[in-house]
Amino acid sequence: MRVDFYEKIWMWLAGALIVLFVGAILYTVAVQAVEPPSHIETIDPTTVRADPRFSDPGVTTAADGSQQVVVVSQMFAFLPVEARVTAGVPVTFRLTSADVIHGFQIVGTNANAMVVPGYVSQFTVTFDEPGEYLIVCNEYCGLGHHLMHGRLIVEEAGVSHE
Amino acid sequence: MNSERYRLSYANFTVAVLAFFVGACMAVMQALSRADLPLPLRSERIYYLSMTAHGVLMAIVFTTFFIMGLGYVFARTTLGRDTVHERLGWTSFWIAVVGTVLTTGAILSGSSSVLYTFYPPLQAHPTFYIGAALIVIGSWFWCWVMIRAYRLWRRDNAAAAIPLAMHGMLTTVIVWILATVGIAIEVVVMLIPWSLGITSTIDPVLARTFFWWFGHPLVYFWLLPAYAVWYTVLPRIAGGKLFSDRLARMVFVMFILLSTPVGFHHQFADPGIAAGWKLVHTFTTFAILFPSMVTAFTVIASLEVAGRMRGGKGLFKWVGKLPWEDPLVSCVLLAMLTFAVGGWGGSINAAYAMNAMVHNTAWIQGHFHLTVGTAVALTFMGTSYWLLPRMTGRALHFKAAAQVQPFLWVIGMLLFAVVNHITGMMGMPRRVYDFSYAGSDIAARWGEWTTASAVGGVILFVSAMMYVLVVVGTVLWGKKIEAPPIEYAEPLEAGEPVPSVWDRMGMWTVAAAVLVLLAYAYPIWNLLSMERFGSPGFSPF
Repeated sequence: MRVDFYEKIWMWLAGALIVLFVGAILYTVAVQAVEPPSHIETIDPTTVRADPRFSDPGVTTAADGSQQVVVVSQMFAFLPVEARVTAGVPVTFRLTSADVIHGFQIVGTNANAMVVPGYVSQFTVTFDEPGEYLIVCNEYCGLGHHLMHGRLIVEEAGVSHE
Repeated sequence: MNSERYRLSYANFTVAVLAFFVGACMAVMQALSRADLPLPLRSERIYYLSMTAHGVLMAIVFTTFFIMGLGYVFARTTLGRDTVHERLGWTSFWIAVVGTVLTTGAILSGSSSVLYTFYPPLQAHPTFYIGAALIVIGSWFWCWVMIRAYRLWRRDNAAAAIPLAMHGMLTTVIVWILATVGIAIEVVVMLIPWSLGITSTIDPVLARTFFWWFGHPLVYFWLLPAYAVWYTVLPRIAGGKLFSDRLARMVFVMFILLSTPVGFHHQFADPGIAAGWKLVHTFTTFAILFPSMVTAFTVIASLEVAGRMRGGKGLFKWVGKLPWEDPLVSCVLLAMLTFAVGGWGGSINAAYAMNAMVHNTAWIQGHFHLTVGTAVALTFMGTSYWLLPRMTGRALHFKAAAQVQPFLWVIGMLLFAVVNHITGMMGMPRRVYDFSYAGSDIAARWGEWTTASAVGGVILFVSAMMYVLVVVGTVLWGKKIEAPPIEYAEPLEAGEPVPSVWDRMGMWTVAAAVLVLLAYAYPIWNLLSMERFGSPGFSPF
């Protein structure tokens, strides 16, 4: 197939650009272990609060300082509505829904998960900046969708959060 | 009058324009709501209802009916009118119309404000899903008519290359068939029984997987007819030739192969699906950048040929020499320029680490209004302006409006889309009636921008109404003229088009089906073999 000289150059450049993009992503996978969230764990959505994994929503701290935040999403609030965590430590969020699909985004960070009934979402973030963050539900869940929000308060290390 | 010859197309285009009109009215309601104006009908219920209606009418009804109408035009004018099976065509039309009425009725009744993605466990009225299924079934009859027309033509033209416009339309048909397998499974096997109470629970991740099996190739179902216009109509009207016929066919074939095995890039944040599969779909998604980049070069080169044939000299002066006063030309040129912006946004969406920052934010509506909302919709508007005199034998009425409207569209769209990209990066969610979030500081900062996007929305509405006015005005009052012929661009290279491997549609379809299987069979089987708990339905609207 005869291809115009300049178009040939263009196609090679386009191919190189795509290889560059894909290479950059592969690098982050291989070297930095950056992958899309992909937690695989199921749960009965009709008995979420009775399930030991979600009967006690809130923040717990492990012996090594890392933290876990358990959140139940439902129309139209997050449980707990406010969570306090410590800056600089790995914080693992575990989320599920008691009804429809919700979103969970900590505005100003890349913590952005789908919360799907029947499944547990899980991801780990380390917050460098103390402060107050808005948490929004960003997946349409009904007429109260825009009212569904929470608060994440990131405290400096050393501050008590009992 | 050519109406006899084009009645099927006429009928489909009529539904398309009607859907566009109602969809646009829904949109301006949302735009004004965004500006926080205390309008009489403003409420959460109406907002989410109108958002559902806008999405379904614009992204499913307007597009599908327009594409079906265009398919009949391409088939009749490139393959011969006798190849188009009238009875099957009308069957297709009426099934799809009944489906449209059912779904639209369900939405307008307030029982089905599930948005156009209708993710379960949000549950709409059964007629919403039945209507959707009928639209798809109607479109399958259209696919049959298109394929049959091609095969009849092929019998008498064994050695010829497929006329390029029809090659693009067949590509559209093949992509659509591969795509609709997914949505048919979701709607017929999962959603309809569940909405009727025959089954009591549904798996939302499985449902989403089938939806996005369909949902991404859907955008190529929209885009490929637009590309066919860019390749085969635009160069002719601009006064030039098609720079490379062969590469255009290669581009269409690449879309056959790559349109569907990419759907997980809409599910990056979903639980229940392994990272490895999301990664695989990331790579196929990036690969699909390639045919669009080739298209950019080929179409712009074709335009340069046209500009220089019209006396343009120097590096860029030929751009000004193009017939911008022809509404088809201005619509398509503006559509292409806007698509470049949307395409780059798409590359960002495809990279899952960056995707995490924009997923489900206002960025997303900014993105797809540039792509389907401009690259496709504006091209379809220009195509309407091109076809109206040729199909009806009437000159464009309110021609000045047709010339101004595309520019107004782009101005409104850039305002709307760029602002939404900005607020999206700032974390503002999509699909929200109100974004004040109890007076939060960040929400106040979003508010500094949203009035601008609302203004963009109003400008878009004015432009949309101008389009509808031109269409209706032409049909009713256009001055009777001798209908110009429907003609397509000739290839620049002498001796083209020549049949090649890029015409072997059967082979490429099989290869594409294999790719879909490779991309989806294992992840779906994996889901099905996990212990899963289904959800009952909820209708919080």
